[in-house]
Amino acid sequence: MPRNTRKSSAWRWLWPLAVLALLWVANPVISDRDRFSPYLLQIVMLSGINIVLSVSLNVVNGFAGQFSLGHAGFMAVGAYTSAYFTMSVMHTPLRLMSAGEQAAWMVGALILSGLAAGFCGWLVGMPSLRLRGDYLAIVTLGFGEIIRILIRNIDQIGGPRGLSGISPLTSFFWVGAVAALTIALSRNLLDSTHGKALLAVREDEVAAESLGVDTTGYKVTAFVLSSALAGMAGCLFAHYLVYIHPDSFWFVRSIEIIVMVIVGGLGSTTGAVLGAVIITLLPEVLRNADVLLADAHIPLPFLLKDYRMVIYSLLLILLMLVRPKGIMGGAELSWKSLRRLFRRQSEGARA
Amino acid sequence: MEELLQQIFIGIVRGGVYALIALGYTMVYGVLRLINFAHGDVYMMGAFFAYYTALKLGVKAATLPGQLTVMAAAMVGCAVLGVVIERLAYKPVRKAPRLTALITAIGVSLLLENGGQIVFGPNTQPFPEIVPVRQVARLGSITVTNQQVLILVSCLGLMLLLQFFVHRTKMGKAMRAVSYDRDAASLMGINTDSVISVTFAIGSALAGAAGVLLAIYDPTIDPLMGLLPGLKAFAAAVLGGIGSIPGAMFGGLFLGMAETLVAGSKLFSSYRDAIAFAVLVIVLLVKPTGIFGTGAVEKV
Repeated sequence: MPRNTRKSSAWRWLWPLAVLALLWVANPVISDRDRFSPYLLQIVMLSGINIVLSVSLNVVNGFAGQFSLGHAGFMAVGAYTSAYFTMSVMHTPLRLMSAGEQAAWMVGALILSGLAAGFCGWLVGMPSLRLRGDYLAIVTLGFGEIIRILIRNIDQIGGPRGLSGISPLTSFFWVGAVAALTIALSRNLLDSTHGKALLAVREDEVAAESLGVDTTGYKVTAFVLSSALAGMAGCLFAHYLVYIHPDSFWFVRSIEIIVMVIVGGLGSTTGAVLGAVIITLLPEVLRNADVLLADAHIPLPFLLKDYRMVIYSLLLILLMLVRPKGIMGGAELSWKSLRRLFRRQSEGARA
Repeated sequence: MEELLQQIFIGIVRGGVYALIALGYTMVYGVLRLINFAHGDVYMMGAFFAYYTALKLGVKAATLPGQLTVMAAAMVGCAVLGVVIERLAYKPVRKAPRLTALITAIGVSLLLENGGQIVFGPNTQPFPEIVPVRQVARLGSITVTNQQVLILVSCLGLMLLLQFFVHRTKMGKAMRAVSYDRDAASLMGINTDSVISVTFAIGSALAGAAGVLLAIYDPTIDPLMGLLPGLKAFAAAVLGGIGSIPGAMFGGLFLGMAETLVAGSKLFSSYRDAIAFAVLVIVLLVKPTGIFGTGAVEKV
């Protein structure tokens, strides 16, 4: 019996709360333009949103082993629903609101976006999760594109012009809170009956079914959960950038999220977090690499900045050739694994 | 009615090109079980190989030997490119989990797109007029141009050649064997590595031909032009049943027609890019392995 099944259930949900408290304290400092660079803040915010996306996609692709490629579509549903909601219902300007009121609006928008995207996930998942492997991949990709083109054709939400003038409700706290919630959900899910059932489906669907696991039911619920979280990420995204366009959610973004999951290591929540941070940071690091190199007096015949996307794609290929199972290779970072690592090292030192 | 027939005809022309791209997807999937995400970009490279060859030839590009040179340059260039991609990016991860190869494929696709934007420039460029358009026939109410005839004849010819190759040559037989069971084929003394390379070469050459044909028809090219046709061709391959060569041909023609019909209708024209996926979703929900696909027998 693995030890973590006996882990006290209070701690499972206590640590996210502790993180929330920390975020609440840190929020004013980090959001202050004078004390924290807005450029860095932007990278942090986008990393946070990407963490929500990749961790939630990992639930379907990594845990349940169902290859879904339509995550951006659900993100779009969440973004547009919540943006339309706050734009049409919220009439007081943001600066005239108390912090409590703002929080209430944000929570409302998040819940609504989660519900809408979750419902779409159910609509898409119900029929398509009967399909296997690459067929499921192309159908989810197709649904993502259909959602995008539908949005392009609805004039009330801007159509091909995009939707602008969304209130900037998203703060550092909210991004962190949703990310912490997503990570906690994903970690705790694996220890639950539901999570074990998903793993069984991934390992061998026929065997799982013959043991009485309702494979379709579990797959669909995982899909709905994942879509709902993607919708919330969309809500954060819309209320952070204050402008959304249907083409921000096309299949290239779905592919980007999949890249995050696999670069980190499919099936590992830690990996999904790492992958999201790396894929968000990498282009920015390459953008700034020239300054660093110039400071270090390393002359280059060209500017790295101009070639950053080429370098990015080369690094991606190289990483997969060197570590085919991703950075974490399916392993998780936890207190237990850290302890094991230290024990092994001290044993190595003694030997 | 007349307009409908005309639309169907244009759809067949466009569908032929999609089918050529879809063939590459389906062949690679057949032997490697890999969705070659970079295939749409190989198609783009074909158009650019043709572009530079045509520029080099100047006015001579519009003569018959010139046209053949342009076509040959694109097909050979793409075939070499396909084999290089396979050797460098896919072969080393053949034993790794399947999704790893998918990510390297995405990496190659990004590399070609972003590299293309640096080497060729990011802007849309006009493709030289190597086959000046002229109306050659009227079948009842349908207008037929020489470009459309060229595309139809080329697609048909290439598909017949492919059928001959796959079913009548030794290499084709080996390819079918590898696609049926790679390990068993290798135990029977088939050099699977060279079969896979040949598959990539042929699939990429077909994509290159498609790139030239579509560039002649819609004479603008840019480094991102492969994205959407690549995706639609992939949808076509899955629609027909991925791994099946007749399936890819059928899927391409079907999607091409569906798309032009929707684009031509007054009510739904803005849904043009969605129709390929809508058709795909409906077909797969009814027949989960595509129209010509055979469901894998599941061993328990």
